[in-house]
This record gives sequence, structure tokens and C-alpha cells, in this order.
Amino acid sequence: MIELEGLTKRYGEKMAVNNLTFTVHPGIVTGFLGPNGAGKSTTMRMMLGLDNPTAGAARIDGKRYAQLKDPLKYIGALLDAKAMHGGRSAFNHLLCLAQSNGIPRARVHEVLDTVGLTQVAGKKAKGFSLGMGQRLGIAGALLGDPEILMFDEPVNGLDPEGIHWIRNLMKSLASQGRTVFVSSHLMSEMALTADHLVVIGQGRLLADTSMADFIRQNSRSYVRLRTPQRERLLDVLHQEGVTVVEAGNGTFEVDGTPSEDLGELAARHQLVLHELSPQQASLEEAFMRLTAESVEYHAHADHAGSGAAPPPPGQGGDWGAGWQQQRKRS
Amino acid sequence: MAATQVLKSEWTKIRSVSSTVWTLGLALVVTVGLGLLISILAKNDYDSLNAQDRRVFDPTFTSFAGTSLGQLAMIVFGVLVVSNEYSTGMIRTSLSAVPQRATFMASKVAVATLLALVVGLVTSFISFFLGQAMLGEHKALISDPGVLRAVIGGGLYMTLIAMFSMGVAMMLRSPMLSLGILMPFFFLISSILGNVSATKKIGRFLPDQAGSKIMQVKTPLDDDSPYGPWGGLAIMVLWVVVALIGGYALLKKRDA
Repeated sequence: MIELEGLTKRYGEKMAVNNLTFTVHPGIVTGFLGPNGAGKSTTMRMMLGLDNPTAGAARIDGKRYAQLKDPLKYIGALLDAKAMHGGRSAFNHLLCLAQSNGIPRARVHEVLDTVGLTQVAGKKAKGFSLGMGQRLGIAGALLGDPEILMFDEPVNGLDPEGIHWIRNLMKSLASQGRTVFVSSHLMSEMALTADHLVVIGQGRLLADTSMADFIRQNSRSYVRLRTPQRERLLDVLHQEGVTVVEAGNGTFEVDGTPSEDLGELAARHQLVLHELSPQQASLEEAFMRLTAESVEYHAHADHAGSGAAPPPPGQGGDWGAGWQQQRKRS
Repeated sequence: MAATQVLKSEWTKIRSVSSTVWTLGLALVVTVGLGLLISILAKNDYDSLNAQDRRVFDPTFTSFAGTSLGQLAMIVFGVLVVSNEYSTGMIRTSLSAVPQRATFMASKVAVATLLALVVGLVTSFISFFLGQAMLGEHKALISDPGVLRAVIGGGLYMTLIAMFSMGVAMMLRSPMLSLGILMPFFFLISSILGNVSATKKIGRFLPDQAGSKIMQVKTPLDDDSPYGPWGGLAIMVLWVVVALIGGYALLKKRDA
């Protein structure tokens, strides 16, 4: 279990990580999601005691990282595939890590086998492809057979086969009851692997929710209506007991009522509709709206500046506001 | 975390990269080779010396003449042992495995120092015996007063140079920056300061000038330094201690 309590990192004026509090639980894959530069890597480095927090603390099984005896036996981390000496062979790279934590030499052979690098164990790491380097990094994380595993963007730059391998590895580690914490900037990737989601933007916690809840709340379908007769539409829908939310620009969004029913209802009441369209919000859109909000808070001024993510189709410039209403509704 | 585990780990690190072999190998070959050459030249030159120069002729120190160049390879060794961790990004992996930074640094410095000491002593003894063989009738014997001290001192000097470089590299992290400062300092600036009369009084307190006194058996004519061989070595040790403390203070404080 990893616990963060008010974890904060400030570089001069810039808040890289702002008062993060959340817990990573065992037995599931927890996705750590945020756009590039959101503070994911900084957070992970602070968890490993590499960077000193400005305030707050991260605890591994109730202890600070520096208090762990033989930390590789508690937590294994893949920070980046390049965090090794290129002139050292894969075997010796793992051996020096193993020795520092009192892990037997035989275990080095085991993890090399697990990641499929036995054939090149004697080769220097600088000759490795990105995928092989990533596998070697993962072998290092697995070395101490730790209960907690942490991967920073593990699928970056990997081929489909490598991505598939890492996904399955993370799932099987979690199914063994281990804590798996994996960062990514791709919602689609997380949707496939994570059971729980922690989303940050600009260093602040935006969401801490189960994947199922996130999908339920965000990938829902709804119907968008547009009418010049605002009052009448609201009246009619109210009488029928249909909940409607104004999404700005004269548009309305309706949950849980099929577009057919809404169309017939409008016809019965002779309502003029300029638009009647079923909508499906993808998880990626939901994530972009979620993180775009955090961008808006800090870098507002011009509206184009909020384009850290492209606006979802059809919603024009008002998508940040749209999210806020959507959130109230959910 | 048992310190022996970390020592073993650091030994694996140091023996598994090629830079260790070539830097230490170069330190030995250059020191011995240049010492040999200068000993031959000194023997041929001996007859042209005046009586006073002959009296202070120091066959032991002459055979260590290669140290001035060989120490540069020792500097590279000391710098690379430390800065390799930073330039490759290995430091993050290393400190995740050993978060106790004092243990990490002490083990790294201890292993590298021990290796430098062994190579330094071997280099020193080979330089001495080969050099004396070339000097023929003018040679010193290992049993002569002060000679054994100077020969062992030669090994200590090389070791301390490597340690000083480790401390500096720990502070600066970048190998290029560390070498860019240390190389010209030891090869040029120190000897310039030591030979210009205006700066001589400061120059002789620099680590290499103070430390190299340990390799002398006879005091040169113009030498009026206020310290003896062991005093000089102590000054050098002080420099090393300051560099290592500085390195540790920054390692402890800094984000990896």
C-alpha cells in the first residue's frame, strides 16, 4: 500500500505537485493519469525518496522510503528505461542491484528469464532497443519480489507485442495481490489495464475513482437538443419527468431517454427542434475535459490557451463549462 | 541495510565497466613509463650536474616523475566512478536500491579508494624499482632512510588524487565539467602557481604540491616549505576531506 498525504513539490514559483492525498491499494492496478507535465514523474520520484517533497509525505507500507530496509523487497520501480549504465551488461546491472539489497544471485537469472532477456544477459545495455531496455528495467523492479510495483509510462515507445506483454504482466501481478501503480498519459491505455484511476492535472488531484465508476460517469450516452423555444422545452420535459441540463449555446443534454422518445415528444407538443442528436462521450474525451479544466484554472486569459486538448467535437469553445455542468449532474 | 551488501554491490559496479580498467591501466602505464624515461635521462644527465645539484639529487623522486602525468588518469578514474551514475541516469536506480545516501556514498568511495590504493601502490613500487634499475650507480635502495616511506607515499598520493576527484565529481555531477576543472587545475594551474615566486606561498598548500612532498627523500635546494612529508600529506588529506564532505552535503540535499 502506498499512502500520499498532502504531497507537494514546488520548483521556485511553479507548483509541480500540489497537495496530493490518495492511497494506492493492493490487489488492483491503479492507473495514474495526467497529461504530459502534470507532475506524475515528480510524484513517483518523491514516493521513491529520490526527490524531497516541499511538504507532505509519501509512505510505503506506513514507512517513509528511506526507512525501508532493503527497499527493493518492498517496492520495485521502473522509472525510465535509460536509468542504467550502458556499458554494463544486463546481468551485472541486475546483480549490483540484487547485492545491494541482499537478494541472491539466482534471482537475477530468474527475473532475466521472466522478462525474456536470458539470451542477451551478457550484452551491454547500450546495445539494447527501447523495448529491451524497458524489459531490463522491469526485471530490476521485479528483482526483490516486491509487494508493490510502480511503472512510469511503461508502454511508451513499445511495439504492440511489448505493450501486450506489459499489460498482461501488470494484471497478473495485481491478481497475485500486489499493489500495482502505473502512470500513463493515455486514457485508452488505462481503460484496458487499470481497475482504479487517479487523475492529476497541473499537480492537483482531479479524480480518485474506480475505473468502473469513471466509465459509468463519463462514457454514458446522452441526447443533445437545440431549440429556439427554451421555456417550452423545459416545461414539456419537466411535465414528462425528464431531467435536462443546459449545456450553453442554446443546447440541452438529456440522459437516459432515447432520442426516438424525445423526438416524438417534441412532435406531440409541436416544439421546434434545431438539433436532436444522440451523443457518446468517449473516455478519452472525458479525460481531456477533466484535465483541460485544470489547465483553464491556471493558464486562462485567452481561450485558445486552454487547448491543451482539442475540444470534443460539436461542443465548440464551451467544453470546459460543459464539463463543470456535467460534473454537477453526475 | 547492511553496509557489506552495498560494498559488494559497488564492487560489482566498478568491476563491470570498462572505464575502470582503462583509467587505472593508463595510470599505471603512464606513471611507470614516464618515470622510466626520465630516470634514463637523469642518469645520462648526472655527469653534467654541479656538486650542489648532485648532493640533492633524489633518485627516488626522479623515478616518480611520471606521476605528474599518470595522476591525470587517476583523476579520470575518480571522476568517472562517480559521475557515470549521473550521466547515465543510473543514480536514480542506485538511490532507489540504497536510499541511505551516506551508506551509498561511503560504499562507493570506499570501494573505489581501495582499488585506487592497490593500483597506486603497485604503480609506485614498479616505478621505483624500474627507475632505480635505470639509474645504475646513482640509484637509491629501498632500505635507505626515507625511501620506503616515499614509495608507499607515492601510492597514497595517487589514491588521494582519485578521492579528491570523487568528491569534486560528487559536487559537480557532470563528468565533462569535473574533468574540465580538475585536469587543467592539476596539470597547469597548480604548477604555475607553485613556480611563480609571487604565488608560491599559496601554491604549496594546493593538494598536489603539498601531497607530492611525501615522495621526496631529499629536500630540493629552493624548498622552504613549512611542512615535512607527512605534514604535506596531511594537508592533502584535508583537501580530500573537504571535497568529500562538500560532495556528501550536496548529495544529501539534492534531488536525484
